[in-house]
Amino acid sequence: MSLFKVFDVSGSAVSAQSQRLNVVASNLANADSVAGPDGKPYRARQVVFQAQPLDGEAAGVRVAQIVEDDAAPRRIHDPSHPLADANGYVTMSNVNVVEEMVNMISASRSYQTSIEVMNTAKTLLQKTLQLGA
Amino acid sequence: MLDRLTQTLDFNAAALLLRSERARILAANMANADTPHYKARDFDFRQALQNATAATAAVPAPAARTHPAHLPLASQAGSRTAALQYRIPAQPALDGNSVDLDLERAAFADNAVRYEAGLRFINGQIRTLTLAINGQGQ
Repeated sequence: MSLFKVFDVSGSAVSAQSQRLNVVASNLANADSVAGPDGKPYRARQVVFQAQPLDGEAAGVRVAQIVEDDAAPRRIHDPSHPLADANGYVTMSNVNVVEEMVNMISASRSYQTSIEVMNTAKTLLQKTLQLGA
Repeated sequence: MLDRLTQTLDFNAAALLLRSERARILAANMANADTPHYKARDFDFRQALQNATAATAAVPAPAARTHPAHLPLASQAGSRTAALQYRIPAQPALDGNSVDLDLERAAFADNAVRYEAGLRFINGQIRTLTLAINGQGQ
């Protein structure tokens, strides 16, 4: 019964999207952070999705890797800042807040869609179980 | 003789199996709505149902091949699986993904309603059969 596999497929999507949401949360939290534990500014992280075959043709999805954004870090002029360099510039993270918000909305919508799909499959399976009753 | 009794259910049962298969494929499309280079899949339901009913109609009794040297029955050679095709995207996406989420959601809802319709047809047929067995007086 392929309807049971809908749970595998949509479940993998829910898990992947929540991981993406997690990464977005991490990026947004560090949007204004100046230096990470290693003294370097935080780099925005992005998930890379990959289709994952589940016995047969229909595919789930998984997070293949998490890549760091190599865009140039933001630099602001603030000579009074304790971490300012000789020229008075502070190096901030390279998180693009607008991009992250869009990412968040997209992840949340995809999450909702997968949940709806699972709900529909559940209803259909329950009705199938009551067949002939 | 008993299989004659339930033969009327075979068509809707085949349709139901294909509907659940299609639900799985549409769910996979929606799961991969954000996956780069993923291509949306679907199958021609009419063609698949024709193949499935042609395959079941020709089988008097399912015969399993218990030895590799056995010849497959002609009816078993008939395809009961659907040939997957690629959807043609209305608008190309930069990341090579061809999933149109609105279209997939609509197709999934349509598929779910038709699955439920298939269930009701089977339920109706079962009710007819039990009525015939019990007689009008119950």
